[in-house]
Amino acid sequence: MDVIILQLLNGLDKGSAYALIALGLTLIFGTLGVVNFAHGALFMLGAFCAVTLQRILSLSFETIDPTKTDFLGNPAKIKTPYVESWFGPELGSSIIDWSVPLAILFAIPIMIGIGYIMERGLIKHFYKRPHADQILVTFGLAIVIQEVIKQFYGANPIPTPAPDMFKGSFDFGTLLGFDPNAVIYPYWRLVYFFFAALIIAAVFGFLQFTTFGMVVRAGMADRETVGLLGINIDRRFTIMFGIAAAVAGLAGVMYAPINSPNYHMGMDFLVLSFVVVVVGGMGSLPGAVLAGFLLGILESFSSMNQIKQILPGIDQIIIYLVAIIILLVRPRGLMGRKGVMED
Amino acid sequence: MAILEIKNVGKRFGGLQALSDVNLSVAENTVHAIIGPNGAGKSTLLNCLVGKLIPDTGSVTFQGQSLLGRKPYQINQMGVSRVFQTPEIFAELTVFENVMIPCFAARDGSFQLNALAAVRGQGDIKDTAEAILEDVKLLDKRHMTASSMSRGDKRRLEMAMCLVQEPKLLLLDEPTAGMARADTNNTIDLLKEIKEKRDITMAIIEHDMHVVFSMAERITVLAQGTPLVEDTPENIKGHPKVREAYLGEAQV
Amino acid sequence: MLGLEKKDTSLLIVVAILTMCAPFILNPFPTDSAMAQFNAGYPDLMQRFVIFGIFAIGFNILFGLTGYLSFGHAAFLGIGSYSAVWMFKLLGYNILPGIFLSVITSGLFALLIGYISLRRSGIYFSILTLAFAQMSFALAYSVLTPLTNGETGLQVYNSDPQYFHSDAMPNIPHLFGQEMQSTFKLSMGGWSFDFNTGYYICALIMLVMFYLAIRIFRSPFGLMLKAIKTNQTRLNYTGLNSRPYTLAAFVISGMYAGLAGGLMASMDPLAGAERMQWTASGEVVLMTILGGAGTLIGPVLGAGFIKYFENIFSKINDTVLHQWFAFLPDGIEDFLIAIVHPFVGKGWHLTLGLMFMAIVIFLPGGLVEGGQKIARKFRGGKAKDTTATTDSTPAE
Repeated sequence: MDVIILQLLNGLDKGSAYALIALGLTLIFGTLGVVNFAHGALFMLGAFCAVTLQRILSLSFETIDPTKTDFLGNPAKIKTPYVESWFGPELGSSIIDWSVPLAILFAIPIMIGIGYIMERGLIKHFYKRPHADQILVTFGLAIVIQEVIKQFYGANPIPTPAPDMFKGSFDFGTLLGFDPNAVIYPYWRLVYFFFAALIIAAVFGFLQFTTFGMVVRAGMADRETVGLLGINIDRRFTIMFGIAAAVAGLAGVMYAPINSPNYHMGMDFLVLSFVVVVVGGMGSLPGAVLAGFLLGILESFSSMNQIKQILPGIDQIIIYLVAIIILLVRPRGLMGRKGVMED
Repeated sequence: MAILEIKNVGKRFGGLQALSDVNLSVAENTVHAIIGPNGAGKSTLLNCLVGKLIPDTGSVTFQGQSLLGRKPYQINQMGVSRVFQTPEIFAELTVFENVMIPCFAARDGSFQLNALAAVRGQGDIKDTAEAILEDVKLLDKRHMTASSMSRGDKRRLEMAMCLVQEPKLLLLDEPTAGMARADTNNTIDLLKEIKEKRDITMAIIEHDMHVVFSMAERITVLAQGTPLVEDTPENIKGHPKVREAYLGEAQV
Repeated sequence: MLGLEKKDTSLLIVVAILTMCAPFILNPFPTDSAMAQFNAGYPDLMQRFVIFGIFAIGFNILFGLTGYLSFGHAAFLGIGSYSAVWMFKLLGYNILPGIFLSVITSGLFALLIGYISLRRSGIYFSILTLAFAQMSFALAYSVLTPLTNGETGLQVYNSDPQYFHSDAMPNIPHLFGQEMQSTFKLSMGGWSFDFNTGYYICALIMLVMFYLAIRIFRSPFGLMLKAIKTNQTRLNYTGLNSRPYTLAAFVISGMYAGLAGGLMASMDPLAGAERMQWTASGEVVLMTILGGAGTLIGPVLGAGFIKYFENIFSKINDTVLHQWFAFLPDGIEDFLIAIVHPFVGKGWHLTLGLMFMAIVIFLPGGLVEGGQKIARKFRGGKAKDTTATTDSTPAE
C-alpha cells in the first residue's frame, strides 16, 4: 500500500508539468486552431527565467579582506552580492534563496510578452495555412529558441536550487500510519503540485467566470459565429496566447529546482505533452489536465521495480503505448469533442 | 422498376429526429427531385444514401443490394455518383488529371498498385477523359489547374468527373446553389443534355423551384424529416400541403 | 528513354552527371588555399549526401505526394541500420545481404506502424508516428538491448559467427571484395580529388531510387496519392479507397528510409539508437521542405544543402572568422565576428532553424520554387503571357 501511495505521489509532479503544458497547448489549439510545436520551448524559457533571476540576484562585487589570505598568500577576495549590501546580509541572502519563487513575478510579464510577440509576429500569419505548415514553422521556431538559449547559457544543465525551507522531505509514512520513511516526498515537489493545481484552477475559473473567458469559450466552440456577433475575437485570442505562454512559462519556472534546466528540456517535454493532448482529446481542456496527471502517474507506476521485473523497460514506453491504444480505441481521445481535426 | 429503394429510414442526432420513417423509391431512368424547406432533412437523407451516415432504422437498397454499412467508395463502385453542393474537385491538379482519376477508378477498381506504369501510357483512359471534357466543353481548359477555374467551370468539371464513370444513379446536392440565373440555366441545359445522351437516373436535392420544375419527372416533398407528398410536378405545384410547408418556412 | 518523359529523362541525366562528377564538383578549391574549408568532396560527406538523398526522396513520396506528415521516419532508418549490422555479424561483411534485409525489415515495420497510424489523419497521424518512433527509440535504447546493444550501439565483434566470411575477404564492409573505404586519390596541380568506392555504390543506388521515384510520381498510383493530398473526400466519392494507397506510400517511403539506414551501416558498420530519435525524423522533414516537398529534385537538393552547410558552417570557428575579416580595422573586425559568431560553428543549428522558418514563411515550395521564381524573373517580360500556363503545370 505504501508503495502505491509513493508512486502515486511521484507521478504527481511530472503529471503536473504535463498537465500545465498540455493545458497551454490545448488553449492555443482550441482558440487559434494552431498546433504549436514551440510550446515546449516556452516551458524551457520559463525555467531559464528562474535561472536568470537567480543569476541577477547573485550578482556580486568583490572586496579585499586583508585579514585573510588565499592559498597563494594573496589577500583573499570576498564576493558580496549587491542584494546583500543593499538589504543587509540577512534579508539579502534570503532574497537570493527565494529567487525561484520570486521568478514567478519576473516570468509572468516576460512570458506574456513573448507569447504576444510570437502570436502577432508569426502565428497570426499561419491561421489559414495547413496544419502541416503550422507544425513546421513552430518546429523551426522551437529550434531557434533552443539554440539561442544554448548560446547564452551553454549546453550543460544549470542547477537552480529551491529555497532552503523546502529542501527536506515530507514524511507521509508517519502521517498515514505506515513505517516512518516508507513514504517520503520532497517538499518542493509538493509545492509544485499545489502550484500546478492553483494555476489550473485559475485558468478554469478565468474561463468560466469572466466575460472574457465566456467569449473565448464560445470562440473555441464556434469561431465564426462569435466573429459575426461583432466581438473582436482575434484580439482576445492574442491575449489567450499570452496566457498560454505564461502557463507554460510558470510550469517551467517552478520545475527548475526539480530538474536542472537545460536547453533541450522543452523538446523532451513537448513530445510527451503532445501525446498527453491527444490522449486527453484535442481541444478539450479538462481532457488535457486529466490525461496529464493520468500519464504522469502511469509512468511512475511502471517504473516500480516489481513491474519492471515482469516487463523490463516498460516505464520507457508506457506513455506511447497507452497513447497508441487510446487513439485506436477512442479516436477522439478521452474527452475529445466531435469534429475537431477530423477531416 | 425502382433503382433506389428507401424504406422506413430514420436518423436521430442527439435530441433531434432528423429523419423519421422515410419511404421513397426512385424509378430507373427518371429525374427525381427531393425538395423541402431548410432543415427538412434533405442533406441527411442524401448522406444516408452515400455511406457518410448510417441510418438508425430502415433500409436502403440500390438495384436490390443493401447500401447500409458500405463505405462511400464501395457505394460509388456500385454505380452511385455524387455531386456536391460546393464542387468537390482535386483543386491542385489539372482539369485533365481530375477527369482521369475517376476513369482509373472505373477501370481498375478501388485500389491498384500500378506504381510503375506511366499515366501518359494509358491511351484508353486519355480517350475517355478527352471525350467527356469535350462533352462538358472544358477540353480547351484541360491543362489549367482546377482551382483557378470559375465556379461554373468547377461545377461542370465535377459533373464530368461523375459522368465519366457512367454511373447508374447520379445524386445531385443543390447543383445550382449560389449560382446566377444564367449559370443556373446553363446547368439545367447541361443536365438535360446528359440525360438525353445516356441512360441515367438522377436524384436531385434542390431549393430552386425553377430548376426542379424544369427537370424533374417525380418530386418528393420532405418536411421535418418525413416525406409529405410524392407526385408529378404538375400536381405538386398546386398541392395545399406543399404550400403550407413552404409558407410556414416563409413566416419564420 | 527508360519509360520517362523527355523532361524527366533530362533531369535524371543531369542528376546522374552531377553525382558521378561529385568528387570534382565538390572540391573546387585547391587543397592549400584558404577556401579549401569549403570543399566538401571527402568520402564521408559525399556518402552522407547521397544516403540522406535516398532518405529524403523516400520521405517525399509520402509527405510530398499525400501530404501525410510523418514525424517518425527515423525509426525506419534505425531499423535498417540494425538489420544491416546484424547481417554483418551473422553472415559476413558483404553489404548485399545487409542492404537487402534492411529494406525488408523496415518495410515490415512500416506496414505495421502505417497500418495503425493511417487510421487517423492530420495532426493525429503526425503524433502517432512520433509516438511510434519515440517508442522504437526507447525500445532500442534500453529494452531490446540483446538485439540492439543499447547505449553502446550495435557493432561487429571478432567473436561473431560471420558464417560466410573467408580470410580472402576484407574485414570491413565490402561488395564482393571491393572495400567501401577504399579511396583513390587523384592529385592535379594544387587540387586533389577523392574517388571512394562506398560513395559510388551509394550514388548508383540513389540514382536507381531516384529513377523509381520519378516512375512513381508519373504513375496512376502517384496521381492517386496527389489526389489524396488535395481532396480526400472527392477521392472516396470517386470509388477509390484512400487507405491502401496511403499505406502503400508509407511502406514504400519506409523502405527507402530502411535502405538509407542499411547503406549508412554499410559505410560505417555501427548502429546506434540515437539514429531513431525524433530529431533525426525532424531532419528529414527539414530536408524535404527546404528543397521543395512534392517536387522530384527538391528532397535531393535539400539533403545536399543541409548536409553541406552542417559540415561547412560547423567548421567555421573564430580563428577562421579572424582570417576572413583580417583586412578590416580591429574594432569593426571584432564587431563583425561577434555578430557572425552565434550563427556558425556550434551555432549552426540556429542558422538552420532560421533558414527553415524563412523557407516555410516565404517560400513554402522550397528551393525549387525559389529557383523557378528567379528563372521566371530572368526570362522577364516576354514570358509574361506564358506564366499562366507555367503556373498550371505542377512544377516538378
